Amino acid sequence: MSTAAAVLLMVAITFYAIFGGADFGAGIWDLTAGGPARGRRPRDVIEHSIGPVWEANHVWLIFVFVVLWTCFPEAYASIMLTLFVPLTIAALGIVLRGAGFAFRKAVTQLRHQRIFGGAFAISSVLVPYCFGAVAGGIASGRVPAGGAAGDPWNSWVNPTSIVVGVLAVCVVAYVAAVLLTWDAGRLSDEHMVAYFRIRAVGAAIVAGAVALVGLFVLRSDARYIFDGLTSRALALVVLSALAGVAAFLLLRGRPRRGARVAALVASGALVVAWGVAQWDYLLPETMTVAQAAAPTATITAVLVAAVLAALVLTPAFAFLYTLDQKSLLPDEGVDEARH
Amino acid sequence: MMESIAHLSGAVPLAVDPVPWARAQMAFTLAFHIILVPLGVSWAAMTLIANYRAIRRHDVDALRLAQRWSKYMAVTFAVGAVTGTVLSFEFGLLWPQFMGKWGEAFGIPFAFEGLFFFIEAIFISIYIFGWRRLKPWPHFWTGVPIPVAGILGSASVVAANAWMNSPQGVTLDSSGNITDVDPVGVILNDAMPLMAAHMIIAAYLVGGFLIASVYAAGMLRGRMDHYHRLGLIISFTVAAVATPVQMGVGDGLARWVYTSQPTKFAAIEMVPQTSSDVPEVLLGHLSSSGQVEGGIAVPGLASWLSDPSTGRSTVIQGLDSFQVDGRPTIAQVNVVHLCWDIMVGLGTLLFLFTLWYWASWIFRRDLPRSRWFLRAAVVAGPLAVVTLEAGWTLSEVGRQPWIVYNQMKVADAATTNTGVWLTFVAVTLLYAALGTTLVLVLRAMSRRAREHDRFQDSDTPYGPGQPADETEVRSR
Repeated sequence: MSTAAAVLLMVAITFYAIFGGADFGAGIWDLTAGGPARGRRPRDVIEHSIGPVWEANHVWLIFVFVVLWTCFPEAYASIMLTLFVPLTIAALGIVLRGAGFAFRKAVTQLRHQRIFGGAFAISSVLVPYCFGAVAGGIASGRVPAGGAAGDPWNSWVNPTSIVVGVLAVCVVAYVAAVLLTWDAGRLSDEHMVAYFRIRAVGAAIVAGAVALVGLFVLRSDARYIFDGLTSRALALVVLSALAGVAAFLLLRGRPRRGARVAALVASGALVVAWGVAQWDYLLPETMTVAQAAAPTATITAVLVAAVLAALVLTPAFAFLYTLDQKSLLPDEGVDEARH
Repeated sequence: MMESIAHLSGAVPLAVDPVPWARAQMAFTLAFHIILVPLGVSWAAMTLIANYRAIRRHDVDALRLAQRWSKYMAVTFAVGAVTGTVLSFEFGLLWPQFMGKWGEAFGIPFAFEGLFFFIEAIFISIYIFGWRRLKPWPHFWTGVPIPVAGILGSASVVAANAWMNSPQGVTLDSSGNITDVDPVGVILNDAMPLMAAHMIIAAYLVGGFLIASVYAAGMLRGRMDHYHRLGLIISFTVAAVATPVQMGVGDGLARWVYTSQPTKFAAIEMVPQTSSDVPEVLLGHLSSSGQVEGGIAVPGLASWLSDPSTGRSTVIQGLDSFQVDGRPTIAQVNVVHLCWDIMVGLGTLLFLFTLWYWASWIFRRDLPRSRWFLRAAVVAGPLAVVTLEAGWTLSEVGRQPWIVYNQMKVADAATTNTGVWLTFVAVTLLYAALGTTLVLVLRAMSRRAREHDRFQDSDTPYGPGQPADETEVRSR
């Protein structure tokens, strides 16, 4: 039963990392798009891309928390106590980002759009870095078991946290660049297709380099994870790398649909690899998943909610997607008919 | 624990006791969130009422109303989602020991809350997309899940809060740790049905009065058109239906507190010593020696209201019948009692106000004609918010010193991180900016909507991306 809860947790983290991550990544490209005039076209693509579902993606994060505090309460208490600082920064960053994006769409004056846009873009870098640092702190065994506080600074300012934080920023930027290339293609803006494609390649190269450095860091700083990544999780690591390369090869062809899937697989496989590598620990080498688990009835209740969510939301998402693809009704179809 | 605090003091330059700051931060962020939530829950229903009327009566103004409301609703929901995300961080950041010990029970309702929240978010998105992509009736029906999910989501969140008042559905071992959980027992705890009903009706009451006050203000400024009248009538009617129901539910809830949470009840009625024939004291306070001072006492009323079947001989347990460290302090009692006076007082005032409205409909088949009605309606919105905040404060402070009633104290639940005062300051500033911006943006949206009278779904958080031609218009 505790394994099922751990799988659910992993699924929620992975979905947040790839879909939420893509949103953060888009914010990073927003940050680097330059001044209002030069950056207008990329920003239009970004806005178009994030627009409809950005808030749905934060729900994944809430879901991660809910599963963690309900199914693994003691480990949750340890994590929140120890990693107080980066998690607080992430929370504030999410407020700034969400408000910045929502309001930028709603205000019309350029001056105001720049303020909200700036808040949106800067926190887009900060939040994935902090989450990466948190993952690094957990993976390298710096969070003690039993609802106790570890070192408030070293737990997230350490080699593993830094390298995973930087890697998180690079990966979300890469995924977002691939998705934005596809979106630009859908808007038939060939100039923007080229613009984001070159950025996807750049981000992929940087991410690959950081990942290589990361392996050496893990070998000395988080041995358990390193051993896991090079044995039971090796297939996932290879899959992630292959999918990452495949994505920008696919970007050159048409249609580009395959590229999106490949990019999401690349980042998703990396996150799952982390989970598999630290199995069967929830907090590496101090607390296993089974030790941390809540009573069976609790986990069953959470699984029931998750299954219901999948049953209701999958068709709802599919419906939203078809609406998005559907062209507008002629005006008389809606407004005039009701007059 | 002292050691870890001493250790942390070295790391954080200005180390301060985290408990009061954690409390303040939680209270502040919840107080903010609880204003946005009623709008999220009830606005969708009002939008659908307008939408229904638009289709049925071919009412153009009702259609404009529904379209605009759906956009404002989306902005409010988006900000509410962000402040809700912050709350989910704070449970762990501020109250790790509470979550570590009770998460396996307390967390369950949130799994369902997450489900409903997800549904609400996706259907808001579908509804806004649907304005220009679906035919009128199918589009109307895509909106129906929004208020339903809102109501079920609120019920789930309140179930968690109710569980803190009535911690049921758990089996504890001799040292007080959870050994087994009955999820249904946790969700359907004794406090949940009335607390959830009270909160959901409050959402409709506050949402209705708040929106009504905007349209009443517009009418006072001379916009006496059909559009404003309709906006006022729909929202005010919702509030006018909710208010009398709320009086009844609130009365039932107070009686539940009387039987099941006597420390809170003693604080509400400000009863120092156990006795019968307890007067209902309006205002007044408890002195430092624990005696009731000031206020207007109505003889025997508190006893009579607690259980009308036994009338004035009903015995109310006083504060002195509980351990000093297991009941609210004198300062907390004064806060609780004042909040009670404010909630019941303003609630009654709002109830009388809705009677005016109903009387006018019954006898004249129209809104009250007096400008004083509009003026009162403008004030009623903020007053309803004050009523809501007072009720929520009374519920939370009245539970003190417990975070889980009779099981765990707030002081034992808090984080040991001494930097909480810093996060409190940061969160306060950020939220102040957020609240101001929300109001400014909603006002700007409404001004823009008045200027060019055409529905654009693209400048909404949940709306579709903007078509290229509209980009040109917007960047002018």
